[in-house]
Parts: sequence; structure tokens; C-alpha cells
Amino acid sequence: MKRFLVILPLVITPFAFAKDHIITQKGKAFSESEITLAPGDNLIFKNDDDTSHNVFSAVEPMKFNLGIQKPGSEASHKFDSAGVAELRCAIHPKMKIKVTVK
Amino acid sequence: MSFAESPSRIVYLCSVLFMLVSPNALKAGAKYKDLYKRPTQIPYPSSNTYSDARMILGRTLFFDPRLSGSNWISCATCHNPAFSWGDGLAKGIGDGMKDLSRRTPTILNLAWGELMFWDGRAESLEAQALGPVASTGEMNLPIDQLLAKISKIQGYKTLFKGAYPEEGITKDTISKAIATFERSVVSGKAPFDRWIEGDETAISEKAKHGFTLFNEKASCSQCHSGWRFTDEGFYDIGLAGDDKGRGKILGDIETLQYAFKTPTLRNVDHRAPYMHNGSETSLTKVVDFYNKGGDVTRGSKSEHVKPLLLSDDEKDALIAFLKTLTSIDAATPVTMLPR
Ligand SMILES: [Cu+2]
Repeated sequence: MKRFLVILPLVITPFAFAKDHIITQKGKAFSESEITLAPGDNLIFKNDDDTSHNVFSAVEPMKFNLGIQKPGSEASHKFDSAGVAELRCAIHPKMKIKVTVK
Repeated sequence: MSFAESPSRIVYLCSVLFMLVSPNALKAGAKYKDLYKRPTQIPYPSSNTYSDARMILGRTLFFDPRLSGSNWISCATCHNPAFSWGDGLAKGIGDGMKDLSRRTPTILNLAWGELMFWDGRAESLEAQALGPVASTGEMNLPIDQLLAKISKIQGYKTLFKGAYPEEGITKDTISKAIATFERSVVSGKAPFDRWIEGDETAISEKAKHGFTLFNEKASCSQCHSGWRFTDEGFYDIGLAGDDKGRGKILGDIETLQYAFKTPTLRNVDHRAPYMHNGSETSLTKVVDFYNKGGDVTRGSKSEHVKPLLLSDDEKDALIAFLKTLTSIDAATPVTMLPR
């Protein structure tokens, strides 16, 4: 069966509903394995471990890389457009989180 | 009657006292044991489920030197079961007897692996399987030639028909069969596992002390975690050399420069020499290397590699523990190759 991408018509008031969602990194795991966001929302990654982490997505159009996050630090990324991304830690590949923006 | 003399207070005090002196609470390393329990079954992906026919086909391909340009090197040439699925060499040897740049990793327990190769450049066993076959430095057999060669061997037609009846002999089915065989390669129960299961006599008191050090003072378990003793992560441990490892795959992250995958420690005393480049010849030397916090200092080096200040007795205990991870595994049957 063929799959179709359904693009829902969205009316977005800029910045009005943008939310921050906090994901913690602890015990070499993300606090969620998947999360659904609205366009414009931020994911904030809080490193609560005593080891460095990273978050990256390798596939366009949601390609990004937050670089190195030292223990205790935070990093964030804003998801502007609809789609699905599999984020991973480049250091600990078992750390994965699926982000759906719709 | 005041609370101080009440029976409930006495019961409470007694139970606290019991917990303090209870042998369970005093047993070495007891609090870490739950983190090291073996799984009860091998995971196979839904896209490539297990069948005996697939495993046997994979094993046949794994031991078949016709998977190389020279007809002389099989997967098992380097991943030799008699060396715990490695080759016992500091660096692998490829086509034309030329040295490769890294040590051959064991294939033990890869059903639970995440990314393959020392630098994690393959996403799965299926994605990894034909890399060394096609690599000019390793087995040096281009994939189109591999398909032509295997397709001409009558016995393989039957084996593929039994294993992947709908798919035939393709790059994908060769990879899937080899991956299925590799997933079946699991190290057996070692003395350490029997101790985890509750047999206090399975390992020595010295080894138990070593296990506590492994989890605490020596911080080995920061990366060598879980029953396979790997977190599947990538770290620069401070070995000299210019191989950038995972840094070559995922360029711009500083901690991934000179970083390599945490190797398993299962059957580790059968798998010398050690490190991605085979530079340490014994477990004693590996422990000495970590005890001094690695050989080189650079920005990419892991925060967990730092001087450990272990005494000689502590180093001995750590090695005694590592030796309890070795299992005596059943011999692998070598299938007759189809002609
Ligand atoms: Cu991480």
C-alpha cells in the first residue's frame, strides 16, 4: 500500500502558541522515547548525567546537530515545520527519540 | 508508655540493626548485580526473523572463502570461533596479506548491538555484513562478482530457496543470512553469570572485590555497562595515534575525535591483544593504561578516563574479576561448503 503524506492546513499565529518541552538526559537515556510537537515548539535537552551527550538529526529537512553537551548543561532546538525526525545522541547511539511535528 | 520504649520502636531498631549486619547487605557488589542479568532470548528484527535455514545458510556463507576475490579469505578467517570470534592479532590482515588499520572485533553477542564497526558507520548487522567483502583492502570481492559467483554454485540455490524462498540470491539475502547467523553467536554462561544468579561460590572473593572496583573506583562501568559490558557508545580513551575513528563519520563533534566503540568484555581474557589498534598486549597492560588515565591528553578525551590511583592489589582484583567473564562455549559446527 502506498503511503501519502497528508499536509493539514494549519493556521499559525506566529509565536502565540510556541511551547517549550523539556527532555532530560539521564542514565544515557532520554526521558521520552517519542514526543509530538506543534510547529514552532522548542525542545530543551537537559543533561542530568555525569557524562557528555549530544543530539542530532541526520535527515533533511530537520537536519541539525546540537554539538557537545557537557554534564549539567542545556541545549535547545526549535522545530519549525511539520514532519518526523529520529534524533540520536552521536556518542551513545542507544539514546533515541522520535519527534513528530504536526 | 513513651515512644522510646514502645514495642514498635524496638521492632524498628531491630530491623535497622538486621539490615546493617545482614549478609545480603554486606555481599560485595550486591547493589550492582541487577544491572548485569543476562537476557533470556536473542532478539531478531521483524524484517529478518530467525529460521534454522537462514542461520545455516548464514553460517555456510560465513565460513566460505569464495566470498573473497582471492577465494582464500572467509569472514571466519578474521572472526575465528577458536579465538572467541577474533583473530588474536593486533591488526587484521586483508587481501594480499596487507595489514589493516584496526584490530578485528569479536562478533560475540552482536544481536544486542546498535551500530557496527569500531566507528559505528553501519546501522545494523545486515548493513555491515558485505562491507568487508567488497572492501578492496579486506576481502576484495565487488558485490556484482559475489552475486555471479554464489549464483553459479548449485548447492547455494537450494540453501537460499529454503531460507528466503520469495527473494532468491541477492545482496540483501546474503546480508540477511549472515546477520542471522551472527545473531546466533552468543557467549555462554560464565562464572560471573552464575554468581549473578546467586551462586556465591562461582567466583572468588577477590573477583567480587574487583567487580565493586569495576563499578566504583575504577569507573569501568561508566562505559562497559550491562551484561555485555558495553554501552555501545564512542569515546576517545587517550590512545596515541592519528586514527580519528567516529570523528571521520560524524565530523564536527569534539568528543568524537579519536573515539571508538566501547568493546564488549565477554571472554576478554581470550581476546588479546586489546584496544582498537591492538596496542596493549595483556589485561595487565590495559589496566595500567587506564590507571594512569590514558597515554595522551587532548580536548576530545572522555571525562571518565583519568588517573585512578589503584593499588597493585586493586589492579589484581580487577583482573581476577575480568577473568570471570569467560565462558566455555560449545564448538561451532562447520557446515560442508556447497560445490
Ligand atoms: Cu549521549
